[in-house]
Amino acid sequence: MTDQAPILEVRDLSVSLPISGRMVPVVTDLSMSISPGEAVALVGESGCGKSMTARAIIGLPPPGAVVSGSIRLEGRELTTLSPRERRRVGGRGIGFIFQEPMTSLHPTLSIGQQMTDALRYNLNLPTRVARDRARELLARVGLPKERDLLNAYVHELSGGMRQRVMIAMAISCNPKLVIADEPTTALDVTIQAQVLELLIAMRAEIGLAMLYISHDLEVVAEFCDRAIVMYAGDQVEAGTPVECLKMPHHPYTRGLVDAIPHAGEARARLSPIPGQVPSLGSWPRGCRFQPRCPRQDDRCATRPELATVVRSEVRCWHPLVGEVS
Amino acid sequence: MLRFLGQRLLLMIPTVVVPLVLVFLLLRLAPGDPAAQILGDQASPSEIAALRSEMGLDLPLPVQFVLWAKNIVTLKLGTSFFFKQPVIDLLPQYALVTLQIALAALFLAVALGSILGVVAAINKDGVLDRGLVGVAVLGISLPEFWLALLLIFLFAVTLRWFPVSGYVPPADGLLASAATIALPALALGIRQSALITRMMRSSMLDVLGEPYIVTARAQGLPEAMVIGRYAVRTAAIPVVTVAGLSASYLLSGAVSIELIFSLPGLGKLLIDAVARRDYPVVEGAVLLIALMLAALNLIIDVVYALLDPRVRMG
Repeated sequence: MTDQAPILEVRDLSVSLPISGRMVPVVTDLSMSISPGEAVALVGESGCGKSMTARAIIGLPPPGAVVSGSIRLEGRELTTLSPRERRRVGGRGIGFIFQEPMTSLHPTLSIGQQMTDALRYNLNLPTRVARDRARELLARVGLPKERDLLNAYVHELSGGMRQRVMIAMAISCNPKLVIADEPTTALDVTIQAQVLELLIAMRAEIGLAMLYISHDLEVVAEFCDRAIVMYAGDQVEAGTPVECLKMPHHPYTRGLVDAIPHAGEARARLSPIPGQVPSLGSWPRGCRFQPRCPRQDDRCATRPELATVVRSEVRCWHPLVGEVS
Repeated sequence: MLRFLGQRLLLMIPTVVVPLVLVFLLLRLAPGDPAAQILGDQASPSEIAALRSEMGLDLPLPVQFVLWAKNIVTLKLGTSFFFKQPVIDLLPQYALVTLQIALAALFLAVALGSILGVVAAINKDGVLDRGLVGVAVLGISLPEFWLALLLIFLFAVTLRWFPVSGYVPPADGLLASAATIALPALALGIRQSALITRMMRSSMLDVLGEPYIVTARAQGLPEAMVIGRYAVRTAAIPVVTVAGLSASYLLSGAVSIELIFSLPGLGKLLIDAVARRDYPVVEGAVLLIALMLAALNLIIDVVYALLDPRVRMG
């Protein structure tokens, strides 16, 4: 999309978690790059490794996790940094928006205290300046100026306001990249649209690059430049979201698209993907979608590599070529 | 916040009144006659009767109760049957000893317990954590009176760092006074600090798994700040409850310790007064203890409100 040096470049990222005494892979050989100002979506069902990928990038995987591969932020390798330097990437280098703003904001520190802590520490601002800046940021994310939100606590805010505060915190220290982990999932449908609009507006205004994690391909198609579809820890397809929607090449992507309910089509039958996502630790040896795939054959017992199909990258021996009806 | 304080102050009233009424009734229903106690074996029945009417003990119980209640409300605590001194003059010197021990023990318990609890939590399952948890279990299992004897044996008899027993008031030298309460405070505080260590550890472990801790880390804040400001702040809330229970326990637990170290505290005064059927002293001491417990509860509620804005609202 752009020829500029990427903001974020991930090569062969793998994450394993200790589950009942053994290391179980949850993400395998994931690669991606995000250019300045670009929005990339990570799409997949719950448990496919999207959030784990995000946590690995920010350097905060769950305790005991083993992360391998290369993560470069503006050309700087993050995986070899000391824990102290690695921590300092958060806030200034990468902003993070969490899924559940109620539990992701501190219950007994005021909004102002939480925001100014980061501003004071990351940007070395004196307290007064940090408070002014925090107030400015809250106004910028569309929170009412009349209310003294700096002294408010998270339990006094509505769900939408909480997520706006989260967004303000994520962009407060001028990161080049924001990772949003299902930022609208915990919100009411009407609020979801507002928060999404805010994110899109912020991105345009500041020229942020964004890694947007979602299970909803249609939402992603509204504003993301590229989508990476994940299944069972594996990247199965990467392309423009519109391409993924209109012309999915991987049978799993196709399944996802078919499972989208359409408003207006009254009582139309949904077509769910048969079977279930294999549980962690019991992934098939070859193609991980093979047991649920209508197009599988003997070849699928070996793991396919990513290959270019039309304009997308697809990990499949039998990619689909042709439009969805 | 003002309304909150008002509510809490109102709640103090039953905390003080109920134990007082109970003590009034128990004393008068229990066998034993203070007049006979004071006059001794040689007294004639008429002498005893005369003293009884002088002390108002011959009046019907309801009348005694009304007179008693009036005196309590006007803080006329009466004169000790034994010391022949007004109770109100007698209590402060004894209360000071108990307060000194209890506060020193509480400070020790909270400071040591919180720090060790946090250290154990951030080293979860490490050698340090296991060692601390082991020591804490041991600390909880040791009875105070036994620990007191061990401490006396080690620090007072063998090492001679502290006096074996006795008490020096702060007016006669702060350091000497501190030396006399060091071992009692240690004996009382160690068990409570072990309890608080365990509480703080489990509370910290809960909090460290919370999403807002991940947020604080993702904001790039250094780990010392994440632990010290973000985690401890919420982890301390349940610990305050335990510390409050500890404090009331320390006030009452001071009794056995005062006996072992022969310290002239409220506990010792109370026990002696009960044995002497010295009603005014017993009632005065119970009133004071009830007031101290009520004040303690108020302090804990205020600490709660300071730590947790959600409490202030309700």
